[in-house]
Amino acid sequence: MNEPLLRYLLRLGDTSLVLGQRLGEWIGHAPALEEDLALANLSLDFIGQARLLLTYAGEVEGRGRDEDALAFLRDPQEFFNLTLAEQPNRDFGYTIVRQWLIDAWQLEVYEGLLRSSDRRLADIAAKALKETRYHYRFSSGWLVRLGDGTEESHRRVSRALDDLWRFTHELFTPDEVDEQLADAGIAPRLQELEPRWSARIDETLREATLERPQSVHYPWHGKRGQHTEYLGHMLAEMQYLQRAYPGAKW
Amino acid sequence: MSPAAGYVADSADAREREVMRVLADVADPEIPVLSIVDLGIVRHVKWDEHGRLHVGLTPTYSGCPATEVIRESVRRALNEAGYTDVVLEEVLSPAWSTDWITPEGRRKLQAFGIAPPHAPANDARSPKVVACPRCGSRDTQQISEFGSTPCKAHYRCRSCLEPFDSFKCL
Repeated sequence: MNEPLLRYLLRLGDTSLVLGQRLGEWIGHAPALEEDLALANLSLDFIGQARLLLTYAGEVEGRGRDEDALAFLRDPQEFFNLTLAEQPNRDFGYTIVRQWLIDAWQLEVYEGLLRSSDRRLADIAAKALKETRYHYRFSSGWLVRLGDGTEESHRRVSRALDDLWRFTHELFTPDEVDEQLADAGIAPRLQELEPRWSARIDETLREATLERPQSVHYPWHGKRGQHTEYLGHMLAEMQYLQRAYPGAKW
Repeated sequence: MSPAAGYVADSADAREREVMRVLADVADPEIPVLSIVDLGIVRHVKWDEHGRLHVGLTPTYSGCPATEVIRESVRRALNEAGYTDVVLEEVLSPAWSTDWITPEGRRKLQAFGIAPPHAPANDARSPKVVACPRCGSRDTQQISEFGSTPCKAHYRCRSCLEPFDSFKCL
């Protein structure tokens, strides 16, 4: 079994799954019907991407676990999503800031994966990238509207940005898994993606009349299985049915 | 109808056309005026050395819930047409594009009240003018880039004042 590849696929897949689940929590609660539909659509795309990635992860692992077993029967410390993805929704502005930071990250990662030596991963990235482009258009558009909106909307997204920024350190800080996959030509080198992400972020922040927070090195590493307290609560709800009624089907 | 009824498939091409005719009757579950052939999601039809039929399908969106319904409908339609040994394959690459919707599919969308994709997919970053599928006016406005299904955006026409769906360019 290719352990680093498995770990890497779980990072990407879990990030999409966890974010997809978070976005799904908005259904029926968004500030307007159009945004309710938008967030549900985003959620669906992320869960679809998670399915492709987790199915592949299960095959690489070779222990017979499919996408459902991986999604519903793993404990929090076995999830390797980015810490940013599991942060709670709070208000619409908070959700938009989280979304925008991750969309910008995915744009670079998927773009880099198009050249992956792993053909299947490159194919999944090509599919996902098309969707990520309109996700980014949505989240950056809303960030500008809220940042450059009313005093209240500006205050809220500024606070969300300050709060969430500490989790961005993890996005481009490689560990041995990232390095091994970059050496093998499977994944892009994270440090090389950072400048483009940063430039994109700065451009939108300017337009949104928001200030880039100071860098903070946050000690938690979701992608290494160390999570904030929020993931466990989210999984408890997401996994409840399969845990209580193993093998239940529609 | 069995594939052999009144028709002898004597070449690979003819056999393939026969299967495509069956698939052309499989409707997209979310936009039933379109067949999966109109939608451009049938990627290959071929036979292996054991005589097993392989049909390649590509998903439109990664998370489109119609994908599984489509697989079942395809299997059923082929079984009913006499093809019992069928392998359905998911083809991810190249990723599906709205450029693959056939001219016939575009006409059907328009007639159904959904504006067909308005630009080639590689232009999708800059949304262009979408003509109203009801009155043809180009004075329209996007309400939301998201709609009732992953593939549609929500518009309104400022001439006839009707809301309408537009098939997103992807």
